Amino acid sequence: MSTPTVAGQPEANPRSGRPLVKITGLKKYFPITRGIVFQKHVGDVHAVDGVDLEVNQGETVGLVGETGCGKSTLARVIMRLYESTEGTIEFDGRDITHMKGGELRELRRDMQMVFQDPYASLNPRKTVGSIVGEPFQLHKTVERTKRKATVQELMELVGLNPEHYNRYPHEFSGGQRQRIGVARALALRPRLIVADEPVSALDVSVQAQILNLLSDLQKEFDLTYLFIAHDLSVVKHVSDRVAVMYLGKIAEIADGDSLYREPRHPYTGALLSAVPVADPRLAKQKQRIVLEGDVPSPIDPPSGCRFHPRCPQTKRLAKADGRTDGVEPRCMEEDPVLRPFAQGHTAACHFPLEDPIIASTGD
Amino acid sequence: MPEPLLEVSDLNVRFNTDDGVVRAVDGVSFSIMQGETLGVVGESGSGKSVSSLAVMGLVNRKQADVTGSIIFKGQDLLTLPNDEMRDIRGKQISMIFQDPMTSLHPYYRVGDQISEAILVHEDISKKEASKRAVEMLGLVNIPRPDQRARQYPHEFSGGMRQRAMIAMALSLNPDLLIADEPTTALDVTVQAQILGLIDKLKDEFDTAVMIITHDLGVVAEYCDNIQVMYAGRIIESGDTDDIYYQPHHPYTWGLLQSIPRLDEHEDRLTPIKGLPPSLINLPDGCSFAPRCPYRFERCDAEDPPLVPTDGHHADACFLTLEKKEAVVREELAVNQ
Repeated sequence: MSTPTVAGQPEANPRSGRPLVKITGLKKYFPITRGIVFQKHVGDVHAVDGVDLEVNQGETVGLVGETGCGKSTLARVIMRLYESTEGTIEFDGRDITHMKGGELRELRRDMQMVFQDPYASLNPRKTVGSIVGEPFQLHKTVERTKRKATVQELMELVGLNPEHYNRYPHEFSGGQRQRIGVARALALRPRLIVADEPVSALDVSVQAQILNLLSDLQKEFDLTYLFIAHDLSVVKHVSDRVAVMYLGKIAEIADGDSLYREPRHPYTGALLSAVPVADPRLAKQKQRIVLEGDVPSPIDPPSGCRFHPRCPQTKRLAKADGRTDGVEPRCMEEDPVLRPFAQGHTAACHFPLEDPIIASTGD
Repeated sequence: MPEPLLEVSDLNVRFNTDDGVVRAVDGVSFSIMQGETLGVVGESGSGKSVSSLAVMGLVNRKQADVTGSIIFKGQDLLTLPNDEMRDIRGKQISMIFQDPMTSLHPYYRVGDQISEAILVHEDISKKEASKRAVEMLGLVNIPRPDQRARQYPHEFSGGMRQRAMIAMALSLNPDLLIADEPTTALDVTVQAQILGLIDKLKDEFDTAVMIITHDLGVVAEYCDNIQVMYAGRIIESGDTDDIYYQPHHPYTWGLLQSIPRLDEHEDRLTPIKGLPPSLINLPDGCSFAPRCPYRFERCDAEDPPLVPTDGHHADACFLTLEKKEAVVREELAVNQ
């Protein structure tokens, strides 16, 4: 596997080396306004609230979390589809946070996106050929006369029949449409692909086909993936490292296996225990931590640790301390920072889980 | 042996379209006992939703050709006149749909929508009905149910809307609850809450439940029996242990292998090759044959019937039992 190097940059080890994407203190607030003429700023939705994340060249980083935790917003800020409120985004050593115009357009060649809904993300009035070939037209990387051949090559690469060049999206099934989306993302030979829930709209058997395709393409083109999904088992399967998000912040980052075996953040523990297992005996043995309530509103996130109103760990500790409010004071007052537990394993919790949750038999 | 609560025999649902006849459900037979939980698993277009809509009497008979029989507590629902069917629907058989966003009316308060269902079937005052609605909302763990009942669906989160739907479905204490992909639109944490709730209420009310899903993981824990559907037919049925530990149909094997598992590390998934067939031109012979890695000549010529191997386990495949058991042992390597 070769790592393309940029002149003037020191060459790095492809796995542990210089990150391809590095975000620091990234925030994205959406303003809430009242009034029609004089729009008064009355608050903010704290969609992404201080995220640090590095994605290395050739690696797959998975991003999981419940609806509304900010994972899609984070992806769109990295893609420069949204302006960030605060913080910096570096791509391949360059600060791209405020990049504009022609430079930004150049940059878009290197980062592409695959969307969730293969029904909504393809223009129904265009043929597959023109959908997949449009990037060439915009970026003028392939001459007009060679376009058709290049598009057909791409179609073959993602497992579509190149003879279907002139067909429309409605003539394809869900899985095939997602392949079209992947072909379009690949057209400019990007280095980073951000996949936002690429398989959640597909049937399980087709989902496995697309996951295998993505991993084949990664090997072939040395791609870097940021893979967003709410399905933990899918994310663990594809990712080298998994970041768990809760209410705009990262709660825990680790490689898939240690996240599964030794989750440190109580939220990760609860998420893992909620995943259904296709094995009835195992499922019945499994201790299930059911989180109460819903994710709080990101307009006015809870003080201190954002997870404290739903956290089973703080509740248990408070009970042991004889407190009646069910919360440890530290969780309510102090916002935990990400701290390391093992090589490459960090979590943001004052009272992390100690025993591997899956093996534990009771309180 | 006790009478089954619902007995469906040789159910066929065909839609006439300009392109030809769509055989959405093709000779399906199954039964549900009182208090049983049946899981129906299959991919999109396998006929799982259409067969449940047929049980509810919600398939438009002007557009579709429905034959066979659906015996519920001794009466055939397919021959029942509309007004009698209306008495059964909601009161004795009720349904939860996949998308709680679209199945609640956005203009009416949640409490009123629940009490409306009660008022249609029972002769009680409006006041009593809304009291019952509040009680039901409390029963499905909605906090402050009296205030929540006066709110509109848009003020509820996805999980709470689905809980309100369950409250509505159970408010008349039905004998059979059909849940069509009840958790597909929800997060895993909420999914665990909802499935746990259905399971708890099922025991409380002694209701039979039919859970329809495309995810074999979802039904593992909660079902007594499972049937796997493919291209409008049941291709395998049995109790939960049969399906997960002794599956006999290549399609079930494919489904089990294509799910990534949290507790194992696999480099590659084994997907099922190809796509489900068009329900207009089903292949001759076994409809799974074109995607099946184990097919032989007989599969292309004859259509395998659903044959029971013992009292509860049946499958529609021509492979010999020895061969099937060998595949399960060697290739699937399921932990026994």
